[in-house]
Amino acid sequence: MSDVAILMEHVYKKFRKGEVYNSVRDIVPALTGKLFRRQDLDESDSREFWALQDLSLEVKRGECVGIIGHNGAGKSTALKILSRIMRPTKGRMVVHGRLSALIEVTAGFHQDLTGRENIFLNGTILGMSKREIESKLDQIIAFSGLEEFIDTPVKRYSSGMFARLGFSVAAHVDPDILIVDEVLSVGDSLFQQKCVTRMREVLRSGAAVLFVSHNLKTVAEFCDRCVLLEKGRTVMTGSAEQAIACYIQSSSRRTAPAGDSGPVRISKVTVRDESGECMRFRSGDKAWIDVEIAATARSNKTSITFYIVDGRFTNVFDTSTDRLGHDSFEMNEGDTFRCTFEVTLNLADGTFYPSVVLFRYDIQTVFDRWEPAATIYVGSDGGVRGIANCFPRVVYQELRRADPESAGPVADVVRLGKRA
Amino acid sequence: MREHLLELFKYRELLYMITYRDIRVRYKQSVMGFLWAVLMPILIVLSGVVVRFAYALAAHSVLSSADVAVVAVKSLPWAFLVTTIRFACLSLINNKELVTKIYFPREVFPIAAMFAGLFDLLVASTALAALLVVLRVGWSLYLLWVPVLLVATALLGAGIGMIVAAASLYFRDVKFVVEVFLTFGIFFTPVFYDVSMFGSRGKWLLLNPMSPLLESFGAVIARHSAPDTAWLSYSLICALVVVTGGYWFFKHLEPGFAESI
Repeated sequence: MSDVAILMEHVYKKFRKGEVYNSVRDIVPALTGKLFRRQDLDESDSREFWALQDLSLEVKRGECVGIIGHNGAGKSTALKILSRIMRPTKGRMVVHGRLSALIEVTAGFHQDLTGRENIFLNGTILGMSKREIESKLDQIIAFSGLEEFIDTPVKRYSSGMFARLGFSVAAHVDPDILIVDEVLSVGDSLFQQKCVTRMREVLRSGAAVLFVSHNLKTVAEFCDRCVLLEKGRTVMTGSAEQAIACYIQSSSRRTAPAGDSGPVRISKVTVRDESGECMRFRSGDKAWIDVEIAATARSNKTSITFYIVDGRFTNVFDTSTDRLGHDSFEMNEGDTFRCTFEVTLNLADGTFYPSVVLFRYDIQTVFDRWEPAATIYVGSDGGVRGIANCFPRVVYQELRRADPESAGPVADVVRLGKRA
Repeated sequence: MREHLLELFKYRELLYMITYRDIRVRYKQSVMGFLWAVLMPILIVLSGVVVRFAYALAAHSVLSSADVAVVAVKSLPWAFLVTTIRFACLSLINNKELVTKIYFPREVFPIAAMFAGLFDLLVASTALAALLVVLRVGWSLYLLWVPVLLVATALLGAGIGMIVAAASLYFRDVKFVVEVFLTFGIFFTPVFYDVSMFGSRGKWLLLNPMSPLLESFGAVIARHSAPDTAWLSYSLICALVVVTGGYWFFKHLEPGFAESI
């Protein structure tokens, strides 16, 4: 077997915008319309768009390659082409070995079947043989932590349980190539830990991993190389650090989002101080973050999570409208929503990235995520390193000499203040 | 084509699992459970008896138990074909999640619909066997034809199923058209009547590839006579053409499924 697991050469994918004929009834007027219209060519051109243009990618065994980019950059399209769900319009793609995609791990589930039956169903769909599933059944059940409920129909499961079972099955496929898309955002932290461990195992077994995520920290941690996509084009391919740096630069002043997922979308995020939009702050300053949201469809129970990450994508601070005691809200198509967070930037010197997520708690679903939504530079008077500024002051010092002679005639105790 | 078939063979366990799922869900959800499998055949037999009774009245003769047996025998393969096509037609749309998210040969869905229909047929066959015993139909060596006839019906159903499944993915009104054909198809197929009732004009009815199959089912099971091999070969050839053409059509459209659904 060759060393290369995935090879994509100049892959293009074209989609059609606007209305596609959905019933036989629509075709007849469309065809007659075509006969009488001459400018049809121009029209068809404007209705097509390239979701992916000239993507070339090579992933070797044992290598982890990340794909990052904004919503609508073509990440999901790239994965769908890789997993052979879609066929590229142009270009060549070769995949060597068994490919397993952690894209939608619960897609194969049937609500009326029990957990156990669904393990078999989903396992087979993901390419495992019946014997293989039988031999791993206990492991899969243990991994999901759902021993008690395994003979209950999955429609009675909570959404978290549902996702965990899905991931457990998917994680036990021994793939040559693993494709991961955002699944790490599922479940509680203990479970996320399990997932990360599993990804490491897969990597160690010599498989190739292709990782798509908005979570730049995980990308930086796992990926050897990274591809940055923007509007279907490859902006750069390079080390994870380089690609991430480039991504942050391109997105720090982002105003117009693209993409098509989720019923609510963030339309604008601005950071300002008392006098207006601002990027440079002094440590301890107050900052206001305006978030604007637009609904493209009816949505329920949306909460806004606001968080700040540092240059290494460590979460420095996060909060949400929900946790601050504001009810999640409901929106209809076309509605907009504005919300302003006020924070005190008790941060040390450095570059920070305020980020915003639209989230629905009860089903643990991310509707939209801007990470980073903006860049801010925090400066302090010096004297503080690290992430946070706890505004230190020295309020008391005391030095006692063991040998009163050594200090000479000068006062042997220095007092700067009272001991608290 | 060869590659496609090899791939399908590779995914045979998936075909089995999807069939299992379809059957399990169908029987789990319905209040009637296994009665579901015999419901449609029972209704067909009852309507057949009504129609036959009217014939008998018009011809000033009596409704014989043999006539009832023939209608009962024919109703099962017809119900099988109808169920297969009906479920195959919706099989891709109803599995949208899988079609857009995970790769495997999509013909698994319509073919699984056919096998699930076959399972219903087997369940209903036990009821039919009991009925035939009550009607004192008996048996003969001609029963050996039954597997051949079943395979032909299955191929025909799978072929049509693949065509309507792919077509209904692109055009949502196909399912209504299919529904109309399935409802009225029974009048153009010898289920309630026998082709022989039409005399020499019966051959026009036999052009419907399902007709010689149903006639043969009636002949070998209820009448203990040999099927009309000439017309039966015609049906077999039709079934092969339909299944090959349907498969080709399906595979031809398959690459666009995920983005068009």
